[in-house]
Amino acid sequence: MAPQLAITLVFFYWPAGQALYQSMLRQDPFGLRTKFVWFANFRKVLADPAYLNSIKVTVVFSLATAIVAMGVALLLAVMAEKAVRGKGLYRTLLIWPYAVAPAIAGMLWLFLFNPSIGSLAYLLRSLGIAWDPLLNGTHAMILLVSAAAWKQISYNFLFFVAGLQAVPKTLIEAAAMDGAGETKRFWTIVFPLLAPTTFFLLVVNTVYALFDTFGIVHAVTGGGPGKTTETLVYKVYNDGFVNLILGDSAAQSVILMAIVIALTAIQFRYVERKVHYG
Amino acid sequence: MIGQSPLRTFIAHAVLILGILIVTFPIYYTFVASTHTLQTILRPPLPLLPGGQLWNNYSEALFGGIGRIGGVSVGRLLLNTSIMALGVAVGKIFISILSAYAIVFFRFPLRMTFFWLIFITLMLPVEVRILPTYKVMVDLGMIDTYAGLIIPLIASATATLLFRQFFMTIPGELVEAARVDGAGPWRFFFDILLPLSRTNIAALFVILFIYGWTQYLWPLLVTNSNDMNTIVIALRKMVSFADADTEWHLVMVTAMLAIVPPILVVVLMQRWFVRGLVESEK
Repeated sequence: MAPQLAITLVFFYWPAGQALYQSMLRQDPFGLRTKFVWFANFRKVLADPAYLNSIKVTVVFSLATAIVAMGVALLLAVMAEKAVRGKGLYRTLLIWPYAVAPAIAGMLWLFLFNPSIGSLAYLLRSLGIAWDPLLNGTHAMILLVSAAAWKQISYNFLFFVAGLQAVPKTLIEAAAMDGAGETKRFWTIVFPLLAPTTFFLLVVNTVYALFDTFGIVHAVTGGGPGKTTETLVYKVYNDGFVNLILGDSAAQSVILMAIVIALTAIQFRYVERKVHYG
Repeated sequence: MIGQSPLRTFIAHAVLILGILIVTFPIYYTFVASTHTLQTILRPPLPLLPGGQLWNNYSEALFGGIGRIGGVSVGRLLLNTSIMALGVAVGKIFISILSAYAIVFFRFPLRMTFFWLIFITLMLPVEVRILPTYKVMVDLGMIDTYAGLIIPLIASATATLLFRQFFMTIPGELVEAARVDGAGPWRFFFDILLPLSRTNIAALFVILFIYGWTQYLWPLLVTNSNDMNTIVIALRKMVSFADADTEWHLVMVTAMLAIVPPILVVVLMQRWFVRGLVESEK
């Protein structure tokens, strides 16, 4: 007990407290004077168009990543349920990306789609698409979402497979007796019963897209071109460690903490509900 | 069981194979790129089959290229990353099994307070408190040390919660029986709890190993000197898309070296990994 408490206190509560405190301080650029300003930093951050832009970027990025990753994973899981033979082999091959670091995943995708040397970028150009993720913000975003979603597919896949196995076969057979076709069976029986899994994954994927993808953003675009791919976590890092605007960065940290706590609370309410699902 | 038409089975397999192609292609292509010369890579499209430079590239990356990544050999980077991943996995399992043991089996004042103190940390990943945590590290003089890489990542509640859940399922009769037979708390812990939680430990180990191996933001902040970089960070430093002088064939070799160990761990320990993943998140 003691060791974990000590570590938690030193590396968790102390910093969290400091973040709260610092979020209400304002320092001059040389760190000579510090002033206590209450909530001025929060007001400043929330009024900053760059911050609002980064919220927008984050929302687009997280939603797109979660939807793509979960959609593909669900499709694959349903197919894996059907393919009786070779299921184990498919699973083994599909879980690879889980082990790849987000930053490396980003670099691999950038390597494939780099305008000057990427082979797939070459392919796109020969199809007549002016592909350039280094200059075009939308393209950069597509690239980030692909890399982030690619990495998350295996995780979602495993959960959907587990969720599908929990769907009672008797229900499906009864529906088949009543003449429901395969598509109808999926949408009216399997999909609603998967709702707890889907909802859980939605939260997990959102948290993943919010935080774990810092590596992808940092390695692939660095928030650019312009500020089109600057996510919230990247902005905290950038303001705090690169631009050294400590008060703003701390205020952003606190806002992020609030977001995570909200998401976790949602997740736990769902866990309670899931107990009744059995 | 409902019969299904051969056509649908065929479609299922086709979709799965397509999915696998998408999922494995980037990794396969990296391998392909790591076996070609720099010149071949710089002139897209790159062939789909491995080239003949496998031995040359790998030996150059492993033994030759001093000074490429700020004068640090790939071996050193792999060593750093391994120490970090193992440290995070072992350390986290160690402290969380102890605290879960204390919370579940002992009654002491403020027990629930401690539990909630730990529980709340679940909600805040390192990413949201980077700057203050960094300051603490500086104050403690832990920049550029293995301890600095590992310890802050250990401070989180996931593993504790998992062990707590598992310990709660152990029947009270077992505890009583052990006590009647004269086993003290330590004896009970080592002879009964540890053997029972073996599969949980294995599963957690895989997950935490991957977690430690793939860390990015934290090592980026805590390591200043190139000696202490993890391989993921070093790889990032090698790549520069603006310049033409990135040695892509060596980058690809390094990328392979960074990817393969965790993939091996996941694939070889798949059974525990899948179990642990699906169960730990319930």
